Amino acid sequence: MLILGATSAIASALAREFAAHKFDLVLGGRDPEELSALASDLSLRYGVRTGVLSFDALDTQTHASALRSFLSGTGNTLEGAVVCVGYLGDQAKGQSDWEEARRILETNFTGCVSALDILANHFEPRGAGFICAISSVAGDRGRQSNYLYGAAKAGLSAYLQGLRNRLFHAHVKVITVKPGFVDTHMTYGRPGLLLVASPESVAKGIFRAIVKGKDVVYLPWFWRFIMLVVESIPEAIFKRLHT
Amino acid sequence: MSTMAENFVTRPLSGWGRFPVEDCNVYRPESRRQLAAILESGAQPSFISYGLGRSYGDAPLNRQGGVVCHTRLNRFLAFDAQAGVLECEAGVSLAEILQYFLPRGFFLPVTPGTKFVTVGGAIAADVHGKNHHQDGTFGNFVLDFKLLTPAGEVLSCSPHSHPDIFWATLGGMGLTGVILSARIKLRPVESAWVLVDYQKATSLEDALGRMTESDIRYQYSVAWIDCLATGRHMGRAVLMRGNHAPAKELPASIRNPLAEPPHRRWTLPCDFPSLALNSLTVRAFNSFYYSMHRNVARQLVDLEKFFYPLDAIHHWNRLYGRRGFVQYQVALPQEGGFEGLKEVLTRLARSRRASFLAVLKRFGSSNSGLLSFPIQGYTLALDLPVARGFIPLLHELDRVVLSYGGRIYLAKDAVMTAQSFAAMYPKLEQFRALKSRLDPRGLLSSSQARRLAIV
Repeated sequence: MLILGATSAIASALAREFAAHKFDLVLGGRDPEELSALASDLSLRYGVRTGVLSFDALDTQTHASALRSFLSGTGNTLEGAVVCVGYLGDQAKGQSDWEEARRILETNFTGCVSALDILANHFEPRGAGFICAISSVAGDRGRQSNYLYGAAKAGLSAYLQGLRNRLFHAHVKVITVKPGFVDTHMTYGRPGLLLVASPESVAKGIFRAIVKGKDVVYLPWFWRFIMLVVESIPEAIFKRLHT
Repeated sequence: MSTMAENFVTRPLSGWGRFPVEDCNVYRPESRRQLAAILESGAQPSFISYGLGRSYGDAPLNRQGGVVCHTRLNRFLAFDAQAGVLECEAGVSLAEILQYFLPRGFFLPVTPGTKFVTVGGAIAADVHGKNHHQDGTFGNFVLDFKLLTPAGEVLSCSPHSHPDIFWATLGGMGLTGVILSARIKLRPVESAWVLVDYQKATSLEDALGRMTESDIRYQYSVAWIDCLATGRHMGRAVLMRGNHAPAKELPASIRNPLAEPPHRRWTLPCDFPSLALNSLTVRAFNSFYYSMHRNVARQLVDLEKFFYPLDAIHHWNRLYGRRGFVQYQVALPQEGGFEGLKEVLTRLARSRRASFLAVLKRFGSSNSGLLSFPIQGYTLALDLPVARGFIPLLHELDRVVLSYGGRIYLAKDAVMTAQSFAAMYPKLEQFRALKSRLDPRGLLSSSQARRLAIV
């Protein structure tokens, strides 16, 4: 099992969930110290084998070489991959600072797509495996408070829809995860958030969705209904709301 | 991903005793980089580390300042099964160590009465357990730790490398630096069971006599004391002393000697009304508890039940009502300790303050930790609900303790005066000197440290 963006709170919890189910893991990310801490932790707790992979979503030039050499080394043994890369960023700053806007868009969209393309091309000819990526409920409707992030996640969700369609006949499962508020540093300290889920419970949900081969999963489940309501508000009204 | 590192939540925070409650700005880093960034940010006048909030008073609080919660930095880093040495981050809890290493035949070398404490907290309070008379404190089993100093350096400290900082940090309540990780020597065990001897002692003198005479035969020794009994029954006790059970002594029905039997867990759903615990109900409970016990030898008790009876009840601190309680723990030297205990118990009984749990243990010799609590002799711990007039009572008890050459445990203290503290801890000046050398700008501070004028 490969996890990209492995040091985020959701990804670490997911890594523990997979390791508890005896999956060997390769952890991709930017910070070697954090990756190796997580890798040793998983080995010591669950007795699984772990490896680390240097991966920076923004540095798309390096994706091909980094991922391909890893993937070719796995032969047909890799069960699947989860892309947990994400960057909420600063919406207000992004509105006047293109560097910040680009960082949000590229981390959440182009950086993920670049990696997902390579993963898709690895699994398609093998006719088995799964590809899972963490999108967000923020991609279901643009809101003034985080629409750069939301736009990138909407793009990612649409990309995953298409990829699912493409890989269906190759028997490769593509799973889109749309978490609501999760108790990570992305939400920590933001006032007025309700219904915040723990990374562990979201990780369990992701694991279940992957095992069951779901297409799109909202986590926790009730976010599907929250987003149904949010999406059903007519644009003429929605544009006036302080969201 | 790093730009959000400085987010914090301002909320009322307390220790396990739920007294005092103070507004603190709570940070929760998810990586070492974020942790360092928070400390360097200059966003708060000072910071103090917070683990699982099991110290009782204001040691982990920082009124109007920063509190850094370590629960997301809880990774096991390395394990040497041959030597039994575990390296882990400071946010790892003792419960996690038990969960993953007891099945491999390792127990904690020293454990307090709850497993819901972090390794960092265990070092910062230099915690002790029922085996202090044999093994000393948790710090005796810490080979080394990595400390992020207020200057931003990471130092590896041990009794050989930076020994001055090592001994200041053991029991130093998080004021010398932020403990990042530690290497701990675990104890090999053959089973998850303890063979316990229960003995009733009819008085304090009887209890202390038995302990002094035969504690040497037990790795673990503790006595529950009925501190409301007066007259010739004063200090009547149930001694609970035991040793790890060898695998061959377990009955055949226990298939896996290292597996713990399943436990029922309870949750106290809400605060008890303050009236629920009064001297009548507690007296009745204590009498019942005393008469319930029989003298039995070599009873097989599982580790969880022997070491952590209260962990089975989540939020047991709600028992003392919304106003909270203070756990008052004193250490008294061997010399005169009996008289000191007697006087503390007499004054408590006279004050008619209810205390459910009074626990008596013996302490072996102390270590070199500058602010480490244990001194050779006895230690008594009891719970006192917060009520009108309880602070003067505690100050009065502090003076009694001081007059017998005793001291109060920082991990439990919430009300002691700076004057008493300075008199109880003769190495305080040494600690202060090192603290001002390591932390001239006062980056690390807590409400307790300011109350006791440690900083």
